[in-house]
Formats: sequence, structure tokens, C-alpha cells
Amino acid sequence: MLRCALFFSESAGIVFSATQLTCVRQDRILFEALDLRLAAGELLQIGGKNGAGKTSLLRILAGLTAPDEGELLWQGQPLHDSDFSRQLCYIGHLSGVQPQLTALENLAFWRAAFALKTADDFQLLALLGLAGLEDIPCQMLSAGQQRRVSLARLWLTSATLWILDEPFTALDQSAIAVLQQQFGQHLAKGGSIILTTHQPLSQHFPQARLLELVYRW
Amino acid sequence: MVIFRQAFLREWRLLARQKADWLNPMMFFILVLTLFPLGVGAKPNLLVEIAPGIIWIAALLSVLLATERLFKDDYRQGTLEQLVAAQQPLLPYVLAKMLSSWCSTALPLLLMSPLIALLLGLSMPSWQAVVLTLLLGTPLLNMLAVLGAALTLSADKGGILLALLILPLYIPLLIFASAAVENASMGLSYSAQLAVLAAMLCLALALVPLAVLKALKINVG
Amino acid sequence: MFKWLDPYAKPQTLYRLCGLWYPWLMAAAVLVLLLSTLWGLAFTPADYQQGDSYRIIHIHVPAAIWSMGAYSSMAIAALIALVWQVKAAQWAVGAIAPIGAVFTLIALFTGMAWGKPMWGTWWVWDARLTSELILLFLYLGVMALAGAFADRQTGAKVSAVLALVGVVNLPIIHFSVEWWNTLHQGATITKFAKPSIDASMLWPLLLGIVGFGLLLAALTCLRLRTAILENEQHRPWVRQLCQQLTAPQVRASRESADA
Repeated sequence: MLRCALFFSESAGIVFSATQLTCVRQDRILFEALDLRLAAGELLQIGGKNGAGKTSLLRILAGLTAPDEGELLWQGQPLHDSDFSRQLCYIGHLSGVQPQLTALENLAFWRAAFALKTADDFQLLALLGLAGLEDIPCQMLSAGQQRRVSLARLWLTSATLWILDEPFTALDQSAIAVLQQQFGQHLAKGGSIILTTHQPLSQHFPQARLLELVYRW
Repeated sequence: MVIFRQAFLREWRLLARQKADWLNPMMFFILVLTLFPLGVGAKPNLLVEIAPGIIWIAALLSVLLATERLFKDDYRQGTLEQLVAAQQPLLPYVLAKMLSSWCSTALPLLLMSPLIALLLGLSMPSWQAVVLTLLLGTPLLNMLAVLGAALTLSADKGGILLALLILPLYIPLLIFASAAVENASMGLSYSAQLAVLAAMLCLALALVPLAVLKALKINVG
Repeated sequence: MFKWLDPYAKPQTLYRLCGLWYPWLMAAAVLVLLLSTLWGLAFTPADYQQGDSYRIIHIHVPAAIWSMGAYSSMAIAALIALVWQVKAAQWAVGAIAPIGAVFTLIALFTGMAWGKPMWGTWWVWDARLTSELILLFLYLGVMALAGAFADRQTGAKVSAVLALVGVVNLPIIHFSVEWWNTLHQGATITKFAKPSIDASMLWPLLLGIVGFGLLLAALTCLRLRTAILENEQHRPWVRQLCQQLTAPQVRASRESADA
């Protein structure tokens, strides 16, 4: 059965809750009767071994997949009745970067598609360590550089809930530091983050909660 | 509207950078057209008789081939799942994909129609009918192909399956489009057939985008 | 509006209900079909125009009617699955599809068997036969699509969308093929179209229609039960059921192996 390690932090109002979530994939029960609550300003880490169902859980929380059982509420309303999709920034395991387009062109498309803020793209890409690489096709960038392009959304979004699947993949130390700083700013403004990662978070985010999924046969 | 423009611009850029995506289906179309006279004999009266059917079958095959890759890249890179999670941009994105794939597959066909008329020995009225039916019919054909691409997006064996699914749905279009060209070659009026094509197009415009959205959500979710 | 149906959509309940209905439906189907077939094939008078070869309509017409009826049922199940997110309905789509495909095949083969004495050839591009052939392709498409995905549930849902798209197209295809046929074949007299049929031949035909309908219902119940077991195999009630059905010696040996 499911084992949850919950370190209760003071909750400034629950914004996102999931009750009795059950997920079955290819006739295997990944998790059942899972309850989850997220408050504003909280960072929730989903942990577990490979294959335990972390990505499936994230996709259910992002509203991509319907759970086999259970209910999700955003600010007290069912997901589809609320403005959840506008308040969500979801960056999954795949980067979402189109390799034939340049970083600037990718950003232009995301700006329109996800209603991102207008900003100086050059400055932003420089902050992410991509100065001088803005207008070459992304297929010529390394995996880590492409990941940085995809994470640029986080600086431009006005979404309050971030759901991120392994955001630190392929990033080097400097990029990880920049990203952690951005997480901190987002949490300070009252936003919330749900993520999976194999990086240790407790140093930078002592208040982070951990939800551990157990691998079920 | 902004989303539609940006998505269309994106598709246009991608087509400009991957010319094979639209050049190859064009060459495929001409090659298939050439196969028919080689296979059934090049007698002029025979060709004139089967020309309408050949054109529309070749058009179907090349559009099917071209549209198969439509959503696959975005699916593999994760763009599609981000759009589905955000929900709002999905419909403009699908419409932009439909328009850009029509531009990349059907516009070349229209521009090549004089060449087709030459190869198959079509008369002037026949050629005019070919152009008109292509104008009305290729959007419908394209929408069906996009629907097929959306349905088979995450399937293990995509290619042939897409053709298997779409071919039965394509039969009414084939019947009326080739009948229109046939009537034109005999000097008869074909406005009735065009009207039916237009009606089918309107029905498809209303229903197919919804079906595509649903299919995309199921495949991504 | 349909809230009262919710408890019946639960897979376990549906499994039990289908199990209850199946024996009665199957028995009734076999009875009615035997009756109508024997009556139609042996005990009705010969047609003055076609002789004895017309008798195949007692199988052909019901099969053709229910091949389209099965598609409509499949489309209704698909609609329920997609709009109300009822899992059992999406499994019903996969349950009905092969049955409908076989009915279509029966209609096609009996149509060909009727056509040979009528027109001298096995196959003619008659409007009805061509429409049936296209219907067969639609069924095969739904079946192929459902099986093309690694995740069975995705395949079931996508084939439900295809079934709905097909049902919208079905009248369009039917009428365009009919139009095409009259255009290209001129005035082909087909006795398929609207047989002015004598009462003595009508009753076995009607019975045949009822019989095929019962057969569709019975087979759907059977296939739906199997689909429910297949898709719910992770649930405790299915595991219990399997345990109960396992032979006692096998059960004992498994338990001793576990221990």
C-alpha cells in the first residue's frame, strides 16, 4: 500500500487537493486511494523508484490524464469548471522544444500559446547561459541547453501552480542554482510547485514536503 | 487569433526548413499519375475516361502520406502535451495545422494541375473542373487526413493504419469529385456535384476539428 | 437525467447482469433463428419470378439490417463512453465490432450467393453490396485501431471516436454509393430494393430479423463479460472469481507453493 511521509508545514490555504486517486496502467495498479493537499507557497516533491508511478501521478495532477478513480479540486472547484488550465504551467519529461526552430522562435510560439509575459528574450536567454545561441536551430544545442530553453517559460509565466517532471535533468550546477533561485522567488510570491527529481532539495528548500510512492507489483 | 497566427507562422517556418515534407508528396503524386498510363495503357480515349479517378486517387495517396507526420514531431517532443495541459491553445493550434498542411499538400496540386492536364490529355473544360473540384475537395481530404493522423498518433503501427481508416470515409468525396470532372469532359453541367462537395466540406468544417481535439486529448492523456 | 443508470454501469454489476441475460437471449436467438430459417428455406412457396433462389433473403436481409444496427449500437456505446466517460461503454465498442463485422460478412456472402443465379456473376458493383463492403471496412478499421495501441484503454477510446466519425459518414456513404450506382449502371433491376413481398414470405423474414437481433444481444453480452474481466483483472473481485473457478487441486498446489 501507499506510504506517505508528510512533514506538515503551516498551510496558508489549500489551493489544490486530490482525493482517492487511483491509477491503473496496463493492468497494473500504480497507486490507489491517494490523497494529496497543496497550499499556496508550498513545494511538494513526489519521490519513488523508477516505475513507481511518479510521472503518471504528475500527469493526472496536471489534468492530462483522467484518474481511474478520485477527484481533483483547484481552489475548491473541479478542474474543468475552474481556471485551472490557465493557472497551470506544466513542463513534462519531454522538453517541448522544436529542434528545427531557434530558441527565439520557440519562445515566440510559447508566448502566444501560453499567454506568457512579454520580456526581453535576449536578456532572459543570457540569464539562462544561452547568450549568443539565441538564433541557431535548437537541434544544434546540447541536451542541457535545450532543457534551459524549455525552462525559460518559468520566467515568463504568470501561472501560480507549476508542475515539473524532472526539471533538473541534464542541467549543470550553475543552471541548477539559477533554477532553484527562480523556484524560491515563485514560492515567495505565493505560488506552488509540484515536482519530481532525483536531486536533493532539503538544503535549498527545507520546508519542502515529500510524497513517496512505493513500487507495486 | 494570436495563437492561430503564431502557430501558423511556426508551421510555415518548419515547412520552409524541411522542404522534403512537401516536395516529396508532390513528386509522389506525379509518379502515381505516371504509373496509371504505364499500367493500363496510354490510349488517349482510355486515359480521358479514367483521368478523373486517377487524379483523385493519386491526390488521396499523396495527402495521406504527407499528413502522417503532422502531429508526430510535436507529440515526440512534448509540445503537444504542454498544449493539451493548457487547453486554450489547442483549437487554434489544430486549425493552424490544418491550414498549413492544406497549403503544403493541396496548393502544389493546384499549381501542378496544368501539368496534370497535359499528362492525361484533359480538355479545357475538364481542366477547369479539376481545378474547381481540387479547390473544394482538397480541404475536405486534408481534414480527413488530419483526423486520421490525430487518431493514430500514439499507435504502434501508424502509417498503413491511417490509410485503412480514412479510405472508407473518403469514398463519397471520390465519387462526387470524379463524377464532376467526368461530366465536364462530356460537356454536361456539374454544379450539382460541386454543391454536394461544398456541403460535405461545410459538415466537415463543423465536426472534424472537434473530433481531432478529442483524439489528440485521448492520445496524449 | 440518466443518473439512475449509474449503478448498472459498474463493471461488476454489468458482469453479473450480462451473465444473467446471456442464457435466455442465446436460447431465444437459437430458437427463433431455427424457426425462421427452416420456415423460410423449406416451407414457403417458391417465388414465381426467381424460383427457389430468393429464399436466401431470410438470412441475407436480417444479417444486412443488423450489420447496420450493430454499427449504430456501437456508435451509441461510443457516445456514452466519450460523453459520460463510462469505461464499460468503451469496452462495449470493442465487443460489438467483431459481431457486426461477421454479420456484414454473412450479408456479403449470402448476397453473392443470391447474385449468382440472378446476374450470373458472383460479384456486381451493386449499390447495396458496395455499401456493405464499405461497412465491412469501417468495422475492420475500428477493430484494427483498437488493437494498434500499447495501452488498451487508449485504443478503446480512440476506436470509439472512429466509430462515431463512421456513423456520421454512414448515411453519406450509403447515399453517394447509391447515386454512383444509378449513374454508372443505369436501370439495374434489383429485387433487393423493395420486394413486394407476399405475407407467407414476410413472417419468416420478420422472425429472422428478430432472431438476428437476439443473437447480436446474446453475443454482445458474452463478449462484454470477457472484456470486463480482461480490463478489470487488477480488481479483487476478478481475482476472487478466478480463484473460485480454478480447480481445487491447482489452487491447493499454488497455495502450498506460496507458503
